[in-house]
Amino acid sequence: MKHIMMKTTATAALCLAAGGALAQEVTLTIESWRAEDQAIWDDTLIPAFEESHPDINLEFTPTAPTEYNAALNARLEGGTAGDLITCRSFDGSLPLFQRGQLADISDLEGLSNFPDFAKAAWSTDDGESTFCVPMASVIHGFIYNADAFDELGLEEPQTVEEFFAVLDAIKADGTYIPLAMGSADQWEAATMAYTNIGPNYWKGEEGRQALIEGEAKFTDEEFVAPYEQMARWSDYMGSAYQAQSYSDSQNLFTLGRAAIYPAGSWEITGFSDQAFFEMGAFPPPVPAEGDTCYISDHTDIGIGMNADTDHPEAARTFLEWVASAEFAALYTNALPGFFSLSNAEFEVENPLAQEFISFREECESTVRVASQILSRGEPNTWNTMWVNSANVLNDTMTPQEAAADLQQGLESWYEPQQD
Amino acid sequence: MTEIVEQAIGRSRTARRRRKTGGITHIAVFLAPTVLIYSIFSIYPLIESLRLSLFDGQPDGSAVWIGLGNYATLLFDANWAVRFWNALWNNLILFFIHMIVQNPLGLLLAALLSLAPRFGGTYRTLIFVPTLLSVVIVGFVWELILSPLWGVAEGMMSAVGLGWLYAPWLGLEDSALTAVSLISVWQYVGIPMMLIYAALLSIPDELLDAARVDGLSGFAIFWKIKLPLILPTLGIVAILTYIGNFTSAFDLIYSIQGVLGPPDYSTDIMGTLMFRTFFGQQTQIGDIHMGATVASMMFFIILIGVTIYLLGVQRRLTRYEM
Repeated sequence: MKHIMMKTTATAALCLAAGGALAQEVTLTIESWRAEDQAIWDDTLIPAFEESHPDINLEFTPTAPTEYNAALNARLEGGTAGDLITCRSFDGSLPLFQRGQLADISDLEGLSNFPDFAKAAWSTDDGESTFCVPMASVIHGFIYNADAFDELGLEEPQTVEEFFAVLDAIKADGTYIPLAMGSADQWEAATMAYTNIGPNYWKGEEGRQALIEGEAKFTDEEFVAPYEQMARWSDYMGSAYQAQSYSDSQNLFTLGRAAIYPAGSWEITGFSDQAFFEMGAFPPPVPAEGDTCYISDHTDIGIGMNADTDHPEAARTFLEWVASAEFAALYTNALPGFFSLSNAEFEVENPLAQEFISFREECESTVRVASQILSRGEPNTWNTMWVNSANVLNDTMTPQEAAADLQQGLESWYEPQQD
Repeated sequence: MTEIVEQAIGRSRTARRRRKTGGITHIAVFLAPTVLIYSIFSIYPLIESLRLSLFDGQPDGSAVWIGLGNYATLLFDANWAVRFWNALWNNLILFFIHMIVQNPLGLLLAALLSLAPRFGGTYRTLIFVPTLLSVVIVGFVWELILSPLWGVAEGMMSAVGLGWLYAPWLGLEDSALTAVSLISVWQYVGIPMMLIYAALLSIPDELLDAARVDGLSGFAIFWKIKLPLILPTLGIVAILTYIGNFTSAFDLIYSIQGVLGPPDYSTDIMGTLMFRTFFGQQTQIGDIHMGATVASMMFFIILIGVTIYLLGVQRRLTRYEM
């Protein structure tokens, strides 16, 4: 209420000052696929922005996620798209910039608040131009049932061997299914298993860049080793995990029937609502004690500016605000599990979210290995990674076969890998 | 009297003549709605997708004519061909399972129903009802029934001592396609049943009575009289199964297994291959030209199957006037 009154007063003052002309007040619309965030924008983010920028009004107009890409394309081509555009990462938005539909915002001051790996998700391959401000990433790790750990006298594992010792202890006790994970939907196998534990082996960005530059291959030891670890997981995954779907795994864990859930931080909100026990989180265990740990801190959502907007100045003002520490804190706390990528210091309130974001201090961040450049061709590397990771969990492919197949697919179209 | 008759004949002749001249207009008028609707919503998209399949998309959004290049890629590029042949093979397995399970079962049920058993009407309705259900509901319900975690399948099987036979069928490479096929059979068995039931009912009682008087047993009557008379219907059922296996099987697989046909492409059929090629999937960007190529291949395969049936099978079927 207060902000509405302030806005009215401000508008009234502006009207008087401009002699009744209303031209200074602009309205910007925001395109997004996150329809579930409507309330957060309407109740928290927009009022906060309008309070400090009374001359700019914002309107959040989301589209369903499955239709977003197609609908946004149509609106951009028809010239009816919003002023601000929520960007998917990497090749999800790059074509829009290449077609001149997203504006170049490389000179935005606020961009200096972000680490390079975060900006890379919304920059050209050569890193010359950036076209979206990073908003948030999702962090991978393991969420565990802390009550179960207490009951069995277990501690958060640091190394892979400790991890398996914990799993063995849970299995021997028999009360809980050690790992809440299935392979039916395939994507968890790639997202929550392979690219979750993998960065510890291929040293995060180092290994990812080496693949892009053609200096490393999927058949190299560091890319096969995560599959070898996954092949050992299947003993701990419940009796018929081959037909266990993603929602089955979520339910198994929140019902307290499983002890450890290989997770992405987006689960935090749902789990906090549903689970009746204490939860904790640990980053992927490292192969040997003392190794640097690496986490998948996947750049998921950014925001850019329609190149054809009528109010480029206002849009830039808003983007500067998105890049600020104020937005970082507001957004991260409104949506626990979606973490601002900003270097700015901010408080996280949700305890589980706090644990996840603390991984960033202990570990090096990287993104999912197949998300940049490597999935541009056919066969799509990320799809193959889904299928092969599930095959390794199902024991229908050996780690070596899975890696060889990934490499063969990538080599068939990606030039830097061909020699 | 004769005068009246002659007048009547004359009148009917002029009527016939009038009908002849007006005939073409009539035909045009009555055909128009169907022709228009089919042309706009079926024939035009078909031709357009055949046209699309002859082009290749460029990064800037334009398209370049490449003739049959996309077909060559689909059939001969190792990475595409493996998916194409796998999908086609899975489609054929799906067809085969429907032919050996769904249609004989439909025939059996129809034969039993045609004997007019008690509660025949109720059974007929109950068996037919699943065909009216949304495929999403059918998929979801069966996924729950078969689920290793919450499903009733394992418990029910254990109750009759068959618990050891239970496996997470939908998640195993060897059984996923069969499991999906059988779910589809469960849903659609009502259609062949109804078609065959209708055909059985149209057999005149005189024929059957005569056979009975001649001393034929019930089974012999079915085998020697009823079956030959309903063969054309069985042919129609077979061809409907063939087409349905390319068109409607996709819905069920999409709702139960998703667009990648897991595990390891074992339930990937032409429909799912076309869908993810055309519309894309996660980071895979949709390619309308390759997608149209897969769709066109489906069209050709259906066309070949139907032609073989029409020329090779249907013409040889003997039809009896009843």
